[in-house]
Amino acid sequence: MGLPPSRRMTLLSNNMDNIIAAKNLAGGYPSNAVWKDANFEIGRGEFVAVLGPNGAGKTTLFRMLLGLMQPLGGSLSVFGKVPLRGNPMIGYVPQRHPVDSDIGVEALELVRLGLDGNRWGIGMSQSRTDEALAALRTVDAEALAHRPLGALSGGELQRIFLAEALIGKPDLLLLDEPLANLDMRREANFVQLIDDVVRSRGTTVLLIAHNINPLLPVLDRVIYVANGRVTNGKPSEVLTSKSLTDLYGIPIEVLKDSRGRIAIIGMDEAPEHEHHIHE
Amino acid sequence: MRHAFEAGTIVAIIAGGIGYFIVLRRSAFAAHALSHIGFAGAAGAVLLGVNPIAGLLVFTGAGGFAMATLGRKARNRDVQIGIVLAFMLGLGVLFISLYAGYATEAYSLLFGEILGISSGDVLITLVAALVLLGAIAVVYRPLLFTSLDEDVAEAKGVSLFWIGVVFMLLIAVATSMAVQVVGVLLIFALMVTPAAIAERLVRRPAPGIFLSMLIALFATWFGLFASFYLPYPVSFFITGATFAAYLFVRLLRIGGVRG
Repeated sequence: MGLPPSRRMTLLSNNMDNIIAAKNLAGGYPSNAVWKDANFEIGRGEFVAVLGPNGAGKTTLFRMLLGLMQPLGGSLSVFGKVPLRGNPMIGYVPQRHPVDSDIGVEALELVRLGLDGNRWGIGMSQSRTDEALAALRTVDAEALAHRPLGALSGGELQRIFLAEALIGKPDLLLLDEPLANLDMRREANFVQLIDDVVRSRGTTVLLIAHNINPLLPVLDRVIYVANGRVTNGKPSEVLTSKSLTDLYGIPIEVLKDSRGRIAIIGMDEAPEHEHHIHE
Repeated sequence: MRHAFEAGTIVAIIAGGIGYFIVLRRSAFAAHALSHIGFAGAAGAVLLGVNPIAGLLVFTGAGGFAMATLGRKARNRDVQIGIVLAFMLGLGVLFISLYAGYATEAYSLLFGEILGISSGDVLITLVAALVLLGAIAVVYRPLLFTSLDEDVAEAKGVSLFWIGVVFMLLIAVATSMAVQVVGVLLIFALMVTPAAIAERLVRRPAPGIFLSMLIALFATWFGLFASFYLPYPVSFFITGATFAAYLFVRLLRIGGVRG
């Protein structure tokens, strides 16, 4: 579904209201800044990949957007305001450890809690259930509604978590490594699923990933966090040998294969600095 | 016997209810430790000539609050909890021995003495139970949310710290009540076993809580009736009944995640 990338960009430029704006932003812990001097703006409906090595501070950025961490310097605004915890306009799927395999509670319950689990009281109304079922339908997971969470596979769980994040119809979706633990085919399916949902609703998506390739067909923008710094732009601008060499401060080569898939290879052979081509 | 029946019924309902969340949050060891901390409080109260329930409430409340403030990953601190637990048990033994060495007091605190419950105890238990059930109803959704999905709950604005504190205080109250029926050492039988069975059998939390209460209730009634006709302790029959029910669903593979 959706428009070809070129058409999308035109639409975006006609509608430049910014969802996120960072100015000279620094992130991390007071004793230890992870990155600084980040400047970027993200518009409505953009699909953004957040890339970079482990520990570079990608999740830190998410926690700041959620209001769970404060900027160490500079300013950050979400929907034109300082980020505040519990913003119902943001849907969030954290990076997961696998769910305990003996959790017998059904998937539907978790999705329902995504809607109003922060409110007091028991919340027995049928409309919650209807909304949860609708959210599960959006992610093609209605059949999983009454399955215990502990019995679901990694890919099935990701759909449930996505439904839990989508149920409140958020304008901004933060997905922290949703593609980890998925095989190649499921990876592509899941990216397509996210793209379908967000294009039809005009939702902005930030997605942390290790492998850029399954995302290339749908991406509008890349935020690359590495070496204490943050760079951003269109994939074709950021994912170049020059741009990444500047960012990392060591020689980096970006290679493309015949189908446009990318491999990022650093002279520094630390494995987390590489994005290998998948077959 | 009538008081025992009334108190047992109330305690079974609250223990089964809070137990569901204890099992869901994997906090069984913390609950177990709280009951031991309560033992020292109850023994101290006996020594001072105060109602043991008061000592239980003060010690389990303080212990629960301390555990909650130590961090939400308290369930991973089983070595530290165990160290405190052992000391509290020792402290309780000291208090009991200072109290003219009455072994019956220690016995009833450790293993329960439901048949010795007074009408005043029943009233305290009833009030505590109503407060507890009301509190569970109020915090139900955030408690469930943090139990199943801590990170998203936090991002949605739920305070993990305060939910943790409230939860530990609820366990403290429930434990203090349940000690009267099954004693410090056997508290698992009412607070954990029925809930563990219910979680295997039911996939939705509300019916799961209800079933957990029912199992605890039937086990308690069974224990009271059985001990009326047979010369053995109530606690044994209650723990035996819940254990048998647990074995039954496990061995026949009824319910469960893959069932």
